[in-house]
Amino acid sequence: MSLVRATVRRDLLLAARNPGEWANPLMFFLMVAALFPMAVDPNPEFLAKIAGGVIWVAALLATLLSLDSLYRADVEDGSLEQWLASGESLYAMSLGKALVHWCISGLPLTLMSPLLGVMLHLPEEAYFALFISLAVGTPVLSLLGAVGAALTASLRSGGLLLALLILPLYVPVLIFAASAVYHAGIGMAYNGQVAMLGAMLALALALTPFAAGAALKLNLSR
Amino acid sequence: MTPQQGAQQTLLSASDLYCERDDRVLFEGLALSITDGELIQLAGPNGAGKTTLLRLLAGLNRDFEGQLLWHDVPLMTVYPEYAGNRLYMGHLSAVKKSLTALENLRWLTAQDRPSEKQLWEALEHVALAGYEHTPCLQLSAGQQRRVALARLKISRAPLWILDEPFTALDKDGVSWLEGELQAHVSNGGAVIITSHHALEGIPGLRRLELGGVV
Amino acid sequence: MWQWLVRLYHRLGSPKWFYEMTERWIFWLALAAGGSAIVGLVLGLLYAPADYQQGDSFRIIYIHVPAALLAQSAYMMMAVAGAVYLIWRMKMAAWVAKVIAPVGAAFCLIALLTGAIWGKPTWGTWWVWDARLTSMLMLLFLYFGVMALQQAMESEEASYKAGAILALVGLVNIPIIKYSVEWWNTLHQPATLKLTEKPSMHPDMLWPLLIMIVSTYLFFALVVILRTRNEILWHERKRQWVRKILES
Repeated sequence: MSLVRATVRRDLLLAARNPGEWANPLMFFLMVAALFPMAVDPNPEFLAKIAGGVIWVAALLATLLSLDSLYRADVEDGSLEQWLASGESLYAMSLGKALVHWCISGLPLTLMSPLLGVMLHLPEEAYFALFISLAVGTPVLSLLGAVGAALTASLRSGGLLLALLILPLYVPVLIFAASAVYHAGIGMAYNGQVAMLGAMLALALALTPFAAGAALKLNLSR
Repeated sequence: MTPQQGAQQTLLSASDLYCERDDRVLFEGLALSITDGELIQLAGPNGAGKTTLLRLLAGLNRDFEGQLLWHDVPLMTVYPEYAGNRLYMGHLSAVKKSLTALENLRWLTAQDRPSEKQLWEALEHVALAGYEHTPCLQLSAGQQRRVALARLKISRAPLWILDEPFTALDKDGVSWLEGELQAHVSNGGAVIITSHHALEGIPGLRRLELGGVV
Repeated sequence: MWQWLVRLYHRLGSPKWFYEMTERWIFWLALAAGGSAIVGLVLGLLYAPADYQQGDSFRIIYIHVPAALLAQSAYMMMAVAGAVYLIWRMKMAAWVAKVIAPVGAAFCLIALLTGAIWGKPTWGTWWVWDARLTSMLMLLFLYFGVMALQQAMESEEASYKAGAILALVGLVNIPIIKYSVEWWNTLHQPATLKLTEKPSMHPDMLWPLLIMIVSTYLFFALVVILRTRNEILWHERKRQWVRKILES
């Protein structure tokens, strides 16, 4: 486990040294959400209705954007080889990497979401639902996305391909999360949706690191 | 312990190795064993499968047929133990450019849990004293290589598996590394190495020619 | 029983055995698939009574439902074949998985297109975000993902393995996607007319449907076997037994 811990620490340090890594997806998140009022309708009542969905779609795209680089550098500079050589569990390593990814993408997105709520006239009752759905849902995005990132890490045009592979898998998260925010906005209960997100998170925590670990081995170039 | 004392012990042995890549046979019926105090240099033209064999011996590559034994036990059944007793360095050095020499070495040696003092000493050993807090992107390719090679000072593994470790090193670096290899072998360690560099001076050297033979 | 299974497994793992064995099956499979398709279509299009609500337009069910069912089972078979390859390194399984992907995607597309054509007279529009159609669309995306990934990988082995891993992840996700889409659908469109959910189907309508389903599966088996035989010939082209076949 010592290499897993060291890798988590090193990746956080790397993110601190290269702020673009976590700041660029955040700015992208902000800009995408700002496009909707301009493209569709700036009327507050209309925006209030779609705010939850728009914020979630933007969060999903921002996550995808930052996923592409999750394993790429590690494959190219030989870190992957060292993980395999270390004899430590790839399950733990992929879990650690997904955790780091969430810390630098999902967590800041969650923290910044109230700002977007204001811009899109999200009903006041829905803020907590937005926050909680992002807090529970974005780790699922990181975990599932890490599988795609591991599969495409050594491909040159991996970014677009990654989106193709992963977006259909994101559909359930999107459906339940956006619905939680919408229902909170119209004053209805949304704990069922959050519970579903929680169940998905549990499942993703248990299973995706296996798939990501297996996929990582494919990137050992010959 | 010197190699002359006591019974020599077979660390790693391979027999009847067969490996093909995309319908091309790289080697077949290959056998090799290494005991402490030995250095095996894999040689052969480009594309002969040196790196593939090296990775296979390191336990990274499991797409092959044949048998690999670590202390007479099938290697894959004791892989975590094996991983702790062999040091593998590929031709990629896993050095991150935006981290300092010290931070990189700390990650590279995480499994050995070295003290801060050991890390500093190791960097001093590879002539990087004064560069501890320099981001690696300001270091030359040779200096980055030295950061990676500083692991050799910290690792306690008896078996080293090194892929082209002389790449990018200058004259001083080369003679330093030769000295390290020699010291490791005469202390009872073993080395398997791919290199185009001549290693004649080192006792216990064997060469294994790949390519064309099969 | 167990030993018989083990023997079957080893035989299926041998490309030569598979090739020689299927030689004899092809004719009968083609005959059965073609014959049942003719019987099913004649019964379905000419003899089954018209639907009291939808009239004759419901008859597209005889293509739509079998295609949709097959597209789903094909994905499952592809994932299982991929798992067999990942676990036991059986090359035949990898070839089968690779061969299934485009066939399954084609059936998925057929199901979507016939669904749209059916939707026009029923709903008055080509596309409705109906739960089943949406699920089918997601399934098509999953197929696209697997195919795109297999195509992008440089080495053949890596493409098999990557495809298998993704297919397995997809397999776990399909029920979750289906459930979430259905839940979402009831939330937004509680009163849509479902295309296929009848309280009960008249036996004269049901029989042709069952025959068409069997026929579609037979046709699928035929296509997969033929395509697998091609893969075998290509990959074993340097072996003696294939050379003999090619020379004759």
